[in-house]
Amino acid sequence: MITLHNVSKRFGTFQAITSVSLHIKSGEVHGIIGASGAGKSTLLRMMNLIEHPDEGEIIVDGQTFNHLKGKQLRHMRQTLAMIFQGYHLVGNKTVFDNVVVALKLAKVPKKEQTAKVMESLRFVGLESLKDQYPAQLSGGQKQRVAIARAIVTQPRVLLCDEPTSSLDPNTTAEVLEVLRRINQEFGVTIVLVSHDMEVVKSICERVTVMAQGQVYETVQIEPTGIQKLENSAEEFVKWLRTGGDEDRV
Amino acid sequence: MFDVLSEYQAEIWVSIGETFIMVGFSILAALLIGLPVGTFLFLCRKGQLIENQVVFSSLNLIVNIIRSFPFLLLVIFLIPFTRLIIGTAIGTAAATVPMCIIAIAHYSRLVEQSLLDVPKGVMEAAVSMGASVKDIIFKFLYVEARSSLVLSMTTSTISFISYSTIMGVVGGGGIGDFAIRYGYQQFRSDLMIYIIIIMVVFVQLVQYAGITFARKIDKR
Repeated sequence: MITLHNVSKRFGTFQAITSVSLHIKSGEVHGIIGASGAGKSTLLRMMNLIEHPDEGEIIVDGQTFNHLKGKQLRHMRQTLAMIFQGYHLVGNKTVFDNVVVALKLAKVPKKEQTAKVMESLRFVGLESLKDQYPAQLSGGQKQRVAIARAIVTQPRVLLCDEPTSSLDPNTTAEVLEVLRRINQEFGVTIVLVSHDMEVVKSICERVTVMAQGQVYETVQIEPTGIQKLENSAEEFVKWLRTGGDEDRV
Repeated sequence: MFDVLSEYQAEIWVSIGETFIMVGFSILAALLIGLPVGTFLFLCRKGQLIENQVVFSSLNLIVNIIRSFPFLLLVIFLIPFTRLIIGTAIGTAAATVPMCIIAIAHYSRLVEQSLLDVPKGVMEAAVSMGASVKDIIFKFLYVEARSSLVLSMTTSTISFISYSTIMGVVGGGGIGDFAIRYGYQQFRSDLMIYIIIIMVVFVQLVQYAGITFARKIDKR
Protein backbone atom coordinates (compact mmCIF):
# COMPACT_ATOMS: atom_id res chain seq x y z
CA MET A 1 0.00 0.00 0.00
CA ILE A 2 2.59 2.54 1.18
CA THR A 3 6.26 1.84 0.63
CA LEU A 4 9.05 4.09 1.78
CA HIS A 5 12.28 3.30 0.01
CA ASN A 6 15.52 4.65 1.49
CA VAL A 7 13.99 7.98 2.51
CA SER A 8 16.11 10.56 4.28
CA LYS A 9 15.29 13.97 5.66
CA ARG A 10 17.52 16.68 7.06
CA PHE A 11 16.48 19.91 8.82
CA GLY A 12 19.46 22.23 8.55
CA THR A 13 22.32 20.32 10.14
CA PHE A 14 19.99 17.86 11.95
CA GLN A 15 19.57 14.52 10.22
CA ALA A 16 15.95 13.64 11.14
CA ILE A 17 15.57 10.49 9.02
CA THR A 18 18.38 8.36 7.67
CA SER A 19 17.70 6.00 4.80
CA VAL A 20 14.49 4.45 6.11
CA SER A 21 12.66 1.73 4.22
CA LEU A 22 9.25 0.59 5.38
CA HIS A 23 6.22 -1.14 3.93
CA ILE A 24 2.68 -0.54 5.20
CA LYS A 25 0.26 -3.30 4.15
CA SER A 26 -3.21 -2.52 2.87
CA GLY A 27 -5.86 -2.72 5.60
CA GLU A 28 -3.48 -3.06 8.54
CA VAL A 29 -3.08 -0.91 11.63
CA HIS A 30 0.60 -0.15 11.70
CA GLY A 31 2.24 1.51 14.68
CA ILE A 32 5.42 3.55 14.68
CA ILE A 33 6.92 3.88 18.12
CA GLY A 34 9.99 5.59 19.46
CA ALA A 35 11.23 8.21 21.87
CA SER A 36 10.89 11.96 21.26
CA GLY A 37 13.12 13.02 18.40
CA ALA A 38 13.27 9.49 16.96
CA GLY A 39 11.88 10.80 13.68
CA LYS A 40 8.54 8.98 13.77
CA SER A 41 6.37 12.07 13.16
CA THR A 42 8.67 13.24 10.39
CA LEU A 43 8.40 9.80 8.80
CA LEU A 44 4.60 9.92 9.02
CA ARG A 45 4.49 13.46 7.59
CA MET A 46 6.57 12.29 4.65
CA MET A 47 3.91 9.70 3.78
CA ASN A 48 1.55 12.47 2.60
CA LEU A 49 4.39 14.81 1.66
CA ILE A 50 3.74 17.44 4.31
CA GLU A 51 7.49 16.99 4.60
CA HIS A 52 9.30 16.24 1.37
CA PRO A 53 12.11 13.69 1.63
CA ASP A 54 15.57 14.85 0.58
CA GLU A 55 16.27 11.39 -0.79
CA GLY A 56 14.39 8.17 -1.44
CA GLU A 57 10.97 7.32 -2.76
CA ILE A 58 7.46 7.23 -1.35
CA ILE A 59 5.34 4.79 -3.29
CA VAL A 60 1.58 4.63 -2.78
CA ASP A 61 -0.22 1.83 -4.62
CA GLY A 62 2.72 1.38 -6.94
CA GLN A 63 2.84 5.05 -7.89
CA THR A 64 5.82 7.14 -6.89
CA PHE A 65 4.26 9.88 -4.84
CA ASN A 66 7.11 12.29 -4.16
CA HIS A 67 7.32 13.53 -7.73
CA LEU A 68 3.68 14.63 -7.80
CA LYS A 69 2.92 18.34 -7.84
CA GLY A 70 -0.05 20.73 -7.84
CA LYS A 71 -3.49 19.26 -8.38
CA GLN A 72 -2.24 15.63 -8.54
CA LEU A 73 -0.47 15.97 -5.20
CA ARG A 74 -3.51 17.60 -3.59
CA HIS A 75 -5.77 14.87 -4.95
CA MET A 76 -3.45 12.16 -3.62
CA ARG A 77 -3.38 13.80 -0.20
CA GLN A 78 -7.17 13.49 -0.05
CA THR A 79 -6.81 9.72 -0.10
CA LEU A 80 -4.32 9.86 2.79
CA ALA A 81 -6.19 11.64 5.58
CA MET A 82 -4.39 12.76 8.71
CA ILE A 83 -5.13 13.51 12.35
CA PHE A 84 -2.83 15.27 14.77
CA GLN A 85 -2.01 15.43 18.45
CA GLY A 86 -3.20 19.06 18.58
CA TYR A 87 -6.43 18.33 16.62
CA HIS A 88 -5.85 21.39 14.40
CA LEU A 89 -9.51 22.32 14.10
CA VAL A 90 -10.53 25.77 12.89
CA GLY A 91 -11.67 27.54 16.06
CA ASN A 92 -14.02 29.88 14.23
CA LYS A 93 -15.89 27.09 12.46
CA THR A 94 -18.61 24.95 14.02
CA VAL A 95 -18.13 21.19 14.28
CA PHE A 96 -20.26 20.81 11.12
CA ASP A 97 -18.24 23.40 9.20
CA ASN A 98 -14.95 21.87 10.32
CA VAL A 99 -16.01 18.58 8.80
CA VAL A 100 -17.73 19.90 5.68
CA VAL A 101 -14.62 21.83 4.63
CA ALA A 102 -12.93 18.50 3.78
CA LEU A 103 -15.80 17.71 1.39
CA LYS A 104 -15.62 21.17 -0.17
CA LEU A 105 -11.90 20.69 -0.79
CA ALA A 106 -12.63 17.30 -2.35
CA LYS A 107 -15.26 19.00 -4.59
CA VAL A 108 -18.07 16.74 -3.38
CA PRO A 109 -21.43 18.01 -4.77
CA LYS A 110 -23.14 20.38 -2.33
CA LYS A 111 -26.35 18.35 -2.11
CA GLU A 112 -24.42 15.32 -0.81
CA GLN A 113 -22.39 17.23 1.75
CA THR A 114 -24.85 17.49 4.65
CA ALA A 115 -25.71 13.79 4.62
CA LYS A 116 -22.04 12.79 4.49
CA VAL A 117 -21.08 15.14 7.33
CA MET A 118 -23.92 13.88 9.53
CA GLU A 119 -23.02 10.27 8.76
CA SER A 120 -19.42 10.95 9.72
CA LEU A 121 -20.40 12.78 12.92
CA ARG A 122 -22.79 9.97 13.80
CA PHE A 123 -19.96 7.47 13.39
CA VAL A 124 -17.84 9.30 15.97
CA GLY A 125 -20.88 9.94 18.18
CA LEU A 126 -20.97 13.73 17.87
CA GLU A 127 -23.98 14.50 15.69
CA SER A 128 -25.70 16.33 18.54
CA LEU A 129 -22.73 18.72 18.82
CA LYS A 130 -22.71 19.78 15.17
CA ASP A 131 -23.43 23.44 15.97
CA GLN A 132 -20.86 23.74 18.75
CA TYR A 133 -17.47 25.40 18.32
CA PRO A 134 -14.21 23.56 19.17
CA ALA A 135 -13.68 25.77 22.24
CA GLN A 136 -16.86 24.27 23.70
CA LEU A 137 -15.61 20.68 23.35
CA SER A 138 -13.38 18.44 25.47
CA GLY A 139 -10.07 17.13 24.13
CA GLY A 140 -11.56 13.75 23.25
CA GLN A 141 -14.49 15.37 21.44
CA LYS A 142 -12.12 17.61 19.48
CA GLN A 143 -10.09 14.60 18.40
CA ARG A 144 -13.29 12.82 17.33
CA VAL A 145 -14.26 15.88 15.24
CA ALA A 146 -10.80 15.71 13.66
CA ILE A 147 -11.40 12.00 12.95
CA ALA A 148 -14.82 12.79 11.44
CA ARG A 149 -13.17 15.42 9.24
CA ALA A 150 -10.53 12.92 8.20
CA ILE A 151 -12.90 10.07 7.28
CA VAL A 152 -15.70 12.09 5.69
CA THR A 153 -13.97 11.94 2.30
CA GLN A 154 -13.61 8.14 2.63
CA PRO A 155 -9.81 8.03 2.49
CA ARG A 156 -7.96 4.76 2.05
CA VAL A 157 -5.32 5.57 4.63
CA LEU A 158 -5.53 7.40 7.95
CA LEU A 159 -2.26 8.81 9.25
CA CYS A 160 -2.41 9.43 13.00
CA ASP A 161 0.28 11.61 14.56
CA GLU A 162 0.19 10.98 18.34
CA PRO A 163 -3.63 11.23 18.35
CA THR A 164 -4.00 10.30 22.03
CA SER A 165 -0.98 12.00 23.57
CA SER A 166 -3.00 14.88 25.03
CA LEU A 167 -5.83 12.68 26.30
CA ASP A 168 -6.57 10.92 29.60
CA PRO A 169 -6.70 7.08 29.64
CA ASN A 170 -10.50 6.81 29.30
CA THR A 171 -10.66 9.25 26.41
CA THR A 172 -7.65 7.54 24.83
CA ALA A 173 -9.56 4.25 24.92
CA GLU A 174 -12.60 5.91 23.27
CA VAL A 175 -10.50 7.41 20.49
CA LEU A 176 -8.66 4.12 19.90
CA GLU A 177 -12.01 2.34 19.70
CA VAL A 178 -13.16 4.78 17.00
CA LEU A 179 -9.92 4.14 15.08
CA ARG A 180 -10.38 0.38 15.43
CA ARG A 181 -13.93 0.63 14.02
CA ILE A 182 -12.70 2.74 11.11
CA ASN A 183 -10.19 0.04 10.28
CA GLN A 184 -12.63 -2.85 10.68
CA GLU A 185 -15.79 -1.36 9.14
CA PHE A 186 -14.26 0.64 6.29
CA GLY A 187 -11.02 -1.27 5.74
CA VAL A 188 -9.04 1.94 6.12
CA THR A 189 -5.30 1.38 6.55
CA ILE A 190 -4.13 3.14 9.69
CA VAL A 191 -0.60 4.30 10.44
CA LEU A 192 -0.35 5.38 14.05
CA VAL A 193 2.60 7.20 15.55
CA SER A 194 2.92 7.06 19.32
CA HIS A 195 5.49 7.05 22.06
CA ASP A 196 3.11 5.03 24.26
CA MET A 197 3.65 1.26 24.15
CA GLU A 198 0.18 0.58 25.64
CA VAL A 199 -1.55 2.52 22.84
CA VAL A 200 0.41 0.69 20.18
CA LYS A 201 -0.14 -2.72 21.77
CA SER A 202 -3.87 -2.19 22.08
CA ILE A 203 -4.60 -1.42 18.44
CA CYS A 204 -1.72 -2.21 16.08
CA GLU A 205 -1.07 -5.37 14.13
CA ARG A 206 2.54 -4.51 13.35
CA VAL A 207 4.82 -2.02 15.02
CA THR A 208 7.93 -0.34 13.72
CA VAL A 209 10.41 0.76 16.37
CA MET A 210 12.41 3.88 15.53
CA ALA A 211 15.38 5.61 17.08
CA GLN A 212 17.69 8.37 15.94
CA GLY A 213 15.99 8.68 12.59
CA GLN A 214 16.34 5.02 11.72
CA VAL A 215 14.07 1.98 11.80
CA TYR A 216 15.30 -0.43 14.43
CA GLU A 217 12.82 -3.24 13.86
CA THR A 218 9.29 -4.06 12.70
CA VAL A 219 7.44 -6.49 14.98
CA GLN A 220 4.21 -8.41 14.39
CA ILE A 221 1.75 -8.06 17.29
CA GLU A 222 0.24 -11.50 17.86
CA PRO A 223 -0.34 -13.51 21.04
CA THR A 224 3.39 -13.85 21.49
CA GLY A 225 4.09 -10.64 19.68
CA ILE A 226 3.58 -8.37 22.67
CA GLN A 227 6.28 -10.23 24.56
CA LYS A 228 8.39 -10.05 21.43
CA LEU A 229 7.84 -6.31 21.25
CA GLU A 230 8.74 -5.87 24.88
CA ASN A 231 11.88 -7.98 24.35
CA SER A 232 12.55 -5.89 21.32
CA ALA A 233 12.19 -2.75 23.42
CA GLU A 234 14.81 -4.08 25.85
CA GLU A 235 17.16 -4.95 23.00
CA PHE A 236 16.38 -1.59 21.50
CA VAL A 237 17.51 0.20 24.67
CA LYS A 238 20.72 -1.86 24.64
CA TRP A 239 21.16 -1.02 20.98
CA LEU A 240 20.79 2.66 21.75
CA ARG A 241 23.33 2.37 24.58
CA THR A 242 25.85 0.91 22.18
CA GLY A 243 25.44 3.88 19.90
CA GLY A 244 22.72 2.54 17.61
CA ASP A 245 25.05 2.06 14.69
CA GLU A 246 24.59 -1.69 14.28
CA ASP A 247 22.45 -2.50 11.24
CA ARG A 248 19.24 -4.04 12.60
CA VAL A 249 16.82 -3.25 9.78
CA MET B 1 -20.95 74.85 22.69
CA PHE B 2 -23.98 74.35 20.47
CA ASP B 3 -24.06 78.05 19.52
CA VAL B 4 -20.54 77.89 18.15
CA LEU B 5 -21.14 74.59 16.39
CA SER B 6 -24.39 75.76 14.83
CA GLU B 7 -22.64 78.95 13.64
CA TYR B 8 -20.24 76.80 11.61
CA GLN B 9 -22.67 73.94 10.99
CA ALA B 10 -22.42 74.00 7.19
CA GLU B 11 -18.62 74.10 7.16
CA ILE B 12 -18.40 71.37 9.79
CA TRP B 13 -20.64 69.03 7.78
CA VAL B 14 -18.60 69.65 4.64
CA SER B 15 -15.40 68.94 6.60
CA ILE B 16 -16.82 65.75 8.09
CA GLY B 17 -17.81 64.70 4.57
CA GLU B 18 -14.25 65.31 3.34
CA THR B 19 -12.86 63.26 6.23
CA PHE B 20 -15.29 60.47 5.37
CA ILE B 21 -14.17 60.52 1.73
CA MET B 22 -10.47 60.37 2.64
CA VAL B 23 -10.89 57.75 5.33
CA GLY B 24 -13.41 55.76 3.24
CA PHE B 25 -11.05 55.51 0.27
CA SER B 26 -8.22 54.58 2.63
CA ILE B 27 -10.27 51.75 4.11
CA LEU B 28 -11.15 50.58 0.61
CA ALA B 29 -7.48 50.63 -0.47
CA ALA B 30 -6.48 48.82 2.72
CA LEU B 31 -9.03 46.08 2.08
CA LEU B 32 -8.54 45.71 -1.67
CA ILE B 33 -4.74 46.02 -1.77
CA GLY B 34 -3.43 45.99 1.81
CA LEU B 35 -5.13 42.70 2.65
CA PRO B 36 -3.66 40.81 -0.33
CA VAL B 37 -0.24 42.43 0.17
CA GLY B 38 -0.24 41.46 3.86
CA THR B 39 -1.35 37.93 3.00
CA PHE B 40 1.39 37.68 0.40
CA LEU B 41 3.94 38.99 2.92
CA PHE B 42 2.86 36.25 5.33
CA LEU B 43 2.84 33.46 2.76
CA CYS B 44 6.28 34.39 1.35
CA ARG B 45 7.98 34.37 4.76
CA LYS B 46 10.58 31.74 5.58
CA GLY B 47 8.94 28.41 6.35
CA GLN B 48 5.56 29.45 4.98
CA LEU B 49 3.50 28.03 2.16
CA ILE B 50 5.00 29.86 -0.84
CA GLU B 51 8.30 30.84 0.78
CA ASN B 52 10.12 33.29 -1.45
CA GLN B 53 12.85 35.34 0.17
CA VAL B 54 13.27 37.72 -2.77
CA VAL B 55 9.58 38.64 -2.94
CA PHE B 56 9.30 38.80 0.84
CA SER B 57 12.36 41.01 1.29
CA SER B 58 11.29 43.36 -1.52
CA LEU B 59 7.72 43.74 -0.26
CA ASN B 60 8.92 44.02 3.32
CA LEU B 61 11.33 46.80 2.38
CA ILE B 62 8.70 48.76 0.45
CA VAL B 63 6.19 48.51 3.31
CA ASN B 64 8.84 49.54 5.83
CA ILE B 65 10.00 52.52 3.76
CA ILE B 66 6.44 53.82 3.34
CA ARG B 67 5.72 53.39 7.04
CA SER B 68 9.01 55.07 7.97
CA PHE B 69 8.11 58.31 6.16
CA PRO B 70 6.83 61.09 8.37
CA PHE B 71 3.33 61.34 6.87
CA LEU B 72 3.56 65.05 6.06
CA LEU B 73 6.74 64.42 4.05
CA LEU B 74 5.11 61.44 2.31
CA VAL B 75 2.25 63.69 1.19
CA ILE B 76 4.71 66.24 -0.24
CA PHE B 77 6.95 63.52 -1.74
CA LEU B 78 3.97 61.96 -3.53
CA ILE B 79 2.76 65.21 -5.12
CA PRO B 80 4.16 64.35 -8.60
CA PHE B 81 2.63 60.86 -8.38
CA THR B 82 -0.70 62.28 -7.19
CA ARG B 83 -0.68 64.73 -10.10
CA LEU B 84 -0.03 61.84 -12.47
CA ILE B 85 -2.95 59.83 -11.10
CA ILE B 86 -5.57 62.48 -10.35
CA GLY B 87 -4.43 65.30 -12.64
CA THR B 88 -4.00 67.69 -9.73
CA ALA B 89 -2.16 67.68 -6.42
CA ILE B 90 -4.73 69.85 -4.64
CA GLY B 91 -8.11 68.96 -3.17
CA THR B 92 -9.87 66.13 -1.40
CA ALA B 93 -9.53 63.68 -4.32
CA ALA B 94 -5.80 64.36 -4.53
CA ALA B 95 -5.48 63.92 -0.78
CA THR B 96 -6.84 60.40 -1.02
CA VAL B 97 -3.75 59.24 -2.96
CA PRO B 98 -1.16 59.52 -0.15
CA MET B 99 -3.84 58.39 2.29
CA CYS B 100 -4.40 55.22 0.25
CA ILE B 101 -0.65 54.56 -0.05
CA ILE B 102 -0.09 54.78 3.72
CA ALA B 103 -3.29 52.77 4.32
CA ILE B 104 -2.03 49.90 2.15
CA ALA B 105 1.35 49.82 3.92
CA HIS B 106 -0.18 50.20 7.37
CA TYR B 107 -2.88 47.55 7.02
CA SER B 108 -0.71 45.05 5.14
CA ARG B 109 1.72 44.95 8.07
CA LEU B 110 -1.13 44.39 10.53
CA VAL B 111 -2.61 41.68 8.30
CA GLU B 112 0.75 39.91 8.23
CA GLN B 113 0.93 40.04 12.04
CA SER B 114 -2.66 38.77 12.37
CA LEU B 115 -1.99 35.81 10.09
CA LEU B 116 1.16 34.95 12.04
CA ASP B 117 -1.10 34.35 15.04
CA VAL B 118 -3.03 31.60 13.24
CA PRO B 119 -1.84 28.28 14.69
CA LYS B 120 0.52 26.62 12.24
CA GLY B 121 -1.31 23.35 12.78
CA VAL B 122 -4.45 24.73 11.14
CA MET B 123 -2.50 25.31 7.92
CA GLU B 124 -0.86 21.92 8.28
CA ALA B 125 -4.27 20.27 8.55
CA ALA B 126 -5.44 22.22 5.48
CA VAL B 127 -2.42 21.05 3.48
CA SER B 128 -3.01 17.46 4.59
CA MET B 129 -6.60 17.74 3.31
CA GLY B 130 -5.32 18.68 -0.13
CA ALA B 131 -6.18 22.39 0.08
CA SER B 132 -4.77 24.73 -2.56
CA VAL B 133 -3.14 28.04 -1.57
CA LYS B 134 -6.40 29.84 -2.41
CA ASP B 135 -8.37 27.38 -0.26
CA ILE B 136 -5.95 27.81 2.61
CA ILE B 137 -6.28 31.61 2.46
CA PHE B 138 -10.07 31.82 2.21
CA LYS B 139 -11.24 28.66 4.00
CA PHE B 140 -8.70 28.59 6.83
CA LEU B 141 -6.46 31.65 7.32
CA TYR B 142 -9.05 34.43 6.98
CA VAL B 143 -11.64 32.42 8.91
CA GLU B 144 -9.30 31.79 11.83
CA ALA B 145 -7.83 35.32 11.82
CA ARG B 146 -11.08 37.19 11.18
CA SER B 147 -11.45 38.86 14.57
CA SER B 148 -7.81 39.92 14.55
CA LEU B 149 -8.25 41.30 11.01
CA VAL B 150 -11.27 43.32 12.17
CA LEU B 151 -9.33 44.69 15.15
CA SER B 152 -6.44 45.57 12.83
CA MET B 153 -8.85 47.41 10.55
CA THR B 154 -10.22 49.27 13.57
CA THR B 155 -6.72 50.36 14.60
CA SER B 156 -5.95 51.32 11.00
CA THR B 157 -9.17 53.33 10.61
CA ILE B 158 -8.32 55.35 13.71
CA SER B 159 -4.84 56.00 12.29
CA PHE B 160 -6.40 57.06 8.97
CA ILE B 161 -8.61 59.57 10.81
CA SER B 162 -5.46 60.91 12.46
CA TYR B 163 -3.57 61.07 9.14
CA SER B 164 -6.50 62.88 7.49
CA THR B 165 -6.13 65.83 9.87
CA ILE B 166 -3.01 67.05 8.12
CA MET B 167 -4.39 66.79 4.59
CA GLY B 168 -5.15 70.52 4.69
CA VAL B 169 -1.56 70.93 3.53
CA VAL B 170 -2.66 69.89 0.03
CA GLY B 171 -6.14 71.40 0.31
CA GLY B 172 -7.67 68.08 1.24
CA GLY B 173 -9.91 69.63 3.86
CA GLY B 174 -11.41 67.42 6.51
CA ILE B 175 -12.44 67.97 10.08
CA GLY B 176 -8.85 68.31 11.34
CA ASP B 177 -8.08 70.95 8.77
CA PHE B 178 -11.28 72.76 9.80
CA ALA B 179 -10.11 72.77 13.45
CA ILE B 180 -6.77 74.29 12.43
CA ARG B 181 -8.13 76.92 10.04
CA TYR B 182 -11.24 77.99 11.90
CA GLY B 183 -10.14 77.16 15.43
CA TYR B 184 -6.40 77.67 15.78
CA GLN B 185 -5.71 80.25 13.04
CA GLN B 186 -8.75 82.42 13.89
CA PHE B 187 -8.04 82.24 17.63
CA ARG B 188 -11.28 80.31 18.26
CA SER B 189 -9.82 77.87 20.79
CA ASP B 190 -13.32 76.87 21.91
CA LEU B 191 -14.20 75.81 18.36
CA MET B 192 -10.98 73.81 18.13
CA ILE B 193 -11.72 72.04 21.40
CA TYR B 194 -15.28 71.19 20.26
CA ILE B 195 -13.93 69.73 17.03
CA ILE B 196 -11.41 67.70 19.03
CA ILE B 197 -14.31 66.43 21.17
CA ILE B 198 -16.21 65.45 18.00
CA MET B 199 -13.13 63.56 16.77
CA VAL B 200 -12.66 61.83 20.13
CA VAL B 201 -16.30 60.71 20.07
CA PHE B 202 -15.89 59.54 16.50
CA VAL B 203 -12.75 57.52 17.35
CA GLN B 204 -14.49 56.03 20.40
CA LEU B 205 -17.40 54.92 18.21
CA VAL B 206 -15.07 53.30 15.68
CA GLN B 207 -13.15 51.55 18.46
CA TYR B 208 -16.33 50.37 20.18
CA ALA B 209 -17.86 49.11 16.92
CA GLY B 210 -14.63 47.32 15.98
CA ILE B 211 -14.17 45.62 19.33
CA THR B 212 -17.84 44.61 19.55
CA PHE B 213 -17.84 43.13 16.06
CA ALA B 214 -14.49 41.36 16.57
CA ARG B 215 -15.74 39.86 19.83
CA LYS B 216 -18.97 38.71 18.17
CA ILE B 217 -17.19 36.83 15.39
CA ASP B 218 -14.46 35.33 17.58
CA LYS B 219 -15.51 31.79 18.50
CA ARG B 220 -12.09 30.45 19.43
